[in-house]
Amino acid sequence: MQAVKEFFSTFMLTELLKGMRLTGKHLFDAKYTLEYPEEKAPQSPRFRGLHALRRYPNGEERCIACKLCEAVCPALAITIESEQRDDGTRRTTRYDIDLFKCIYCGFCEESCPVDSIVETRIHEYHFEQRGEQIMHKSDLLAVGDQYEAQLAEDRAADAPYR
Amino acid sequence: MSGLIELSWIMAKIVALVIPLFLAVAYMTYAERKIISAMQLRRGPNRVGWHGLLQPIADALKLLMKEVVLPQNANRFLFVLAPMLSIMPALAAWAVLPLGDGLVIADINAGLLYVLAMTSMGVYGIILAGWASNSKYALLGALRAGAQVVSYEIAMGFALVGVLMAAGSLNMGEIIRAQEGPIWNWFWLPLLPLFVVYWISGVAETNRLPFDVAEGESEIVAGFHVEYSGMAFAIFFLAEYANMILISGLAAIMFLGGWYSPFHGLPLLGPMFAWVPGIVWFVLKTCVFLFLYIWFRGTFPRYRYDQIMRLGWKVLIPVTVVWLVVVSGMILTDFGPWF
Repeated sequence: MQAVKEFFSTFMLTELLKGMRLTGKHLFDAKYTLEYPEEKAPQSPRFRGLHALRRYPNGEERCIACKLCEAVCPALAITIESEQRDDGTRRTTRYDIDLFKCIYCGFCEESCPVDSIVETRIHEYHFEQRGEQIMHKSDLLAVGDQYEAQLAEDRAADAPYR
Repeated sequence: MSGLIELSWIMAKIVALVIPLFLAVAYMTYAERKIISAMQLRRGPNRVGWHGLLQPIADALKLLMKEVVLPQNANRFLFVLAPMLSIMPALAAWAVLPLGDGLVIADINAGLLYVLAMTSMGVYGIILAGWASNSKYALLGALRAGAQVVSYEIAMGFALVGVLMAAGSLNMGEIIRAQEGPIWNWFWLPLLPLFVVYWISGVAETNRLPFDVAEGESEIVAGFHVEYSGMAFAIFFLAEYANMILISGLAAIMFLGGWYSPFHGLPLLGPMFAWVPGIVWFVLKTCVFLFLYIWFRGTFPRYRYDQIMRLGWKVLIPVTVVWLVVVSGMILTDFGPWF
C-alpha cells in the first residue's frame, strides 16, 4: 500500500509542487535587502573599526607607552618607540598601526590599561597611495580627537558589562 | 527585380522578429535575476536605471567591451565556429513559429519537423565548443550536455508526436487551428501527461536547472563555455535564452492554443476579448512558461547525472509511449471536443 502511494505521489510530482509553493510564497514576502549606502545596519557599541588614540579631557594624551598592545597584537601590526619626556613621564615618539596587517581583533583595546588605543565605529575608509595604510601617531590622535564624544559614549555604554 | 523585393521583404521580417527576440532575451535575464532574488528574499539589481531596468544593457555593453580570449591550444576555427553553430539553430527555428494568425515568416507544411531538426542542431555548437576549447571541464560539460540533449530529444519528440496525431498536421498554424476554442479545447487537457513530459524535457533540452549538469558550476566550473569570454560567451548566453523562449513558445503553440484567447468562442467573454490581437495571447502564454523556467531555477537543486538519465529513459519515454496509445484510442472514438 505504501509503495502504491509513493508511486502515485512520485507521478503527481507532489514534492516538487510543494517546493514550488514555498518559493512561490517567498516571491511576495518582504525582502531583507538593505540598500547599503542609503540604509545602514545598526552597530554595537563594541564595534571594532578604524583605530584611534584618545586623550584625557585636559588634552594630555593617554598613552603611556607600556607597549602591552604591541605585545598582545597577534598580527604584529603595532610598532611603538618611546622616550622620557622633559616632565619625566614616558611617552611614545612613534605609534604606527599597519592596517593591512591588522585583523581588527580588538586585543589592543582590551589590553590597554588607560583606554588609550581604541577601535572606532568607522568601517568605510580607503587608501589611494602605497604607504597610506600605516596609521601614524598623529593620524591616530586626530581620529581620536574627532570622534571623542562617540568613543566616550560607547565606553560608558559598555562599562557595566566589563 | 521582384525577387529582390521579395528578398528584402523576408529580410525585413527577419529583422522584425530577431530584434524583439534579442530584447526579450536581455530582459529575460533581468526578470530572472529579479524573480530569483525575490524568491530568496533579496531585491535584485536596482541600481542601473529605474528599478535596475537598464541592467541588461549595462551587462551587454560590458560583454561587448571585453576581450575574447583564444586559449593557446584551442582549435581556433572550431572555437570561433561553435558559438555561431549554437545561435544559428536557436534563431532559425523561430522562422516557423506563428506569433499570431498568419504572423509567420515561413508557413511550411513540415513546421514541427523543422523545429525538431533545428533544436537538435543546437547540440553541435555545444559539443564543438567543448571539444575545441581543449580543456577538461569544457569537454566534460560538452559530453554531459550531448548525452542529455540526445536522451531528452526522444521524450520530447514522442510528446510532440502526440500533438501531431491529435492535430493531424505538422504545420504549426494547422496545429493551433485544431485547438480552436476556449481554454478546455486546447491540447493540454487530453495530452496532459505529454504536456508535462514535453515541458520537463524542454527544460532539460535547454540545459536549465534542475538539469544543468552541463554547466554545473560547483562541479565543472561552467561546462562547455568555460574558455569563452566577452562576445563569444555572450552569444552562447543569447542562444541559451533564445532556446528557452523558443521552447516556451512551442509549448504555447502545441498545448495552449497559440494565438487563441482562453475565452475564444464563449458566449459572453468571447466577444469581450475579441479585440485583443492574437500575438498578445501568444506572448502571455510564452511568458507563463518563461516564468516557470525561472521558478524551477529558484526552487530545485541540480539533478545528479545518473538521475537525469534515469528520468529521461525510464520514466518520461515510457509515459509518452503509454499515452500515445491512449491518444490513438481517443482519436478512434472521437473523444470529447478535441478530436
